[in-house]
Formats: sequence, C-alpha cells, structure tokens
Amino acid sequence: MENFSPISASIGGAMIGLAAVWLMASVGRIAGISGILGGMIQKNDNKAWRLSFFIGLIIGPQFMAAIDPRILTIEFPVEGPFLIIGAILVGIGTQLGNGCTSGHGICGNALSSRRSILATITFMTTGIVTVLLTKVIGGV
Amino acid sequence: MKISVSCLLAGILFGCGLTVSQMINPAKVISFLDISGNWDPSLAFVMGAALTVTFIGYRTVFNRKLPLFVDKFQVPARKDIDTKLILGASVFGIGWGITGLCPGPAIASISFGGNNSIIFVTTMTTTIFVYRYINSKV
Repeated sequence: MENFSPISASIGGAMIGLAAVWLMASVGRIAGISGILGGMIQKNDNKAWRLSFFIGLIIGPQFMAAIDPRILTIEFPVEGPFLIIGAILVGIGTQLGNGCTSGHGICGNALSSRRSILATITFMTTGIVTVLLTKVIGGV
Repeated sequence: MKISVSCLLAGILFGCGLTVSQMINPAKVISFLDISGNWDPSLAFVMGAALTVTFIGYRTVFNRKLPLFVDKFQVPARKDIDTKLILGASVFGIGWGITGLCPGPAIASISFGGNNSIIFVTTMTTTIFVYRYINSKV
C-alpha cells in the first residue's frame, strides 16, 4: 500500500463529482463519457456540447500539470495487441451495457439507479478477476 | 454559447479531477483492481468522493424545475435489468482490467499519454461508432 493516496484521491474525486453536478445543472446531462462519445454519431442531436466537453476533458490535465508537471507521468501495464483488444472490449462493453465508470459508477449510482448499481458491481468484479487471471497466466 | 462554455468548464473540471486523483494513470488503476497483490485502495476514495458530491449535488439541482441553459433534464429512465446490461458491464470490466483504462481517463490522457493513449482512444472510439452505426440499422 505504499502508493496509497487517499487525500489527493478524495480531492480529485470531489472535482469529478462537481463536474458531473455542473453538467446536470447547466445542460441537464449525465456526465457519462462513453454515452457522450457515442452520441457524437447520433442523428438529430446537437453535437456542440459534446465536443466542448471533450475539449475541456483533454485540456483539463494540462492545467494541473502547470502546478506540477510530474502529475502527468503515467504508465501503461500493457501495450500493442493487448491494448487494442482492451480498447475494443471497453468500446463494445460500454455500448452494450449503456455506461462506464463515470455514467454508471458515478452518475447512475448517485441517482440510485438499480441498473447502474448492478453494472458497477459487475464491471468491478470482472475487472478484479481479469487482473487476477492476468497475474496467474503471466506467472507473476 | 452558454451551453458550450458550460460543457467546456465541466470537461476541464472533470479532466482536472481525473488528474489530481491519478485515475489517468493506468498502472494506478490496475493496482486498485489487484486486490491480491500490493493493493492500492486510493480509487475507492475517488469513487466515494465523486459519488458523495454527485449524490448531494444532483438532489440540489433537481430542486429546480429546469437546468440553467436548456429546457429539460435528460436522465435515463430505464429500470429493467437485462442480459445486455450484465454482459456489457462484464465485457467492459474485462477491457478495463486488461488495460487499466476506461473512457474518461483514456480521452483525458491523449495530450500526454503518447502512442498508447492515441491507439487506445482511436480503437475504442471506432468500436463505439461502428457499434452505434450497426445498432441504428438493425
């Protein structure tokens, strides 16, 4: 547990929550990233708000890096084919299940949605099992 | 204009939160999911704090009849539990467990995550668009 960082985790989490609340207060939308992204190719839907949100999402981290550049140092546990397979599974899974960590995990659960609570338990479980299996298969 | 600025601000705040909490770091996400190893429970605090703020905030927001800049709240109304939901969440969890990436952090990382971020986001977005396109045809 040497990397345990409950304070920055809680502050960051609260910021994510505030962003979700502001999106609902201002434009009446759920801050579910996979849903906002999928809606980009939806007919009869205004795309400008989706695009604005994504521009913000992409530049946001750079504001934090202005305070401490080390904050953007990240590490990818897998690369190449596994990264691509993972991306395809995330793509299909979020569309089939109507949500991801943000849509179900934060917004849906905050709405006490049965679907979101069940989805969150499910993806947490398969995520944990996958990491466990990866270790067993990888022999780590 | 008000709508675009509001969404831009929401996106920035969301991206800042993902960064401060280190959700943007796939290795940190994996160490949260790795309960049998050197477990790092930090992300439970991210989820906990985000959920608490959203839970209270949504209730405050819904005291108003309408959002500030549009004429309705668009909240999913579905309550049914179906196979697609469970299957989809399962498949998503597997992809998340393999890579340590979910859609928000992946997109937030494209300006600094190098080729890995670009490959992941491009593949995920293509998959989502193809899925939606096929779904709209059947």
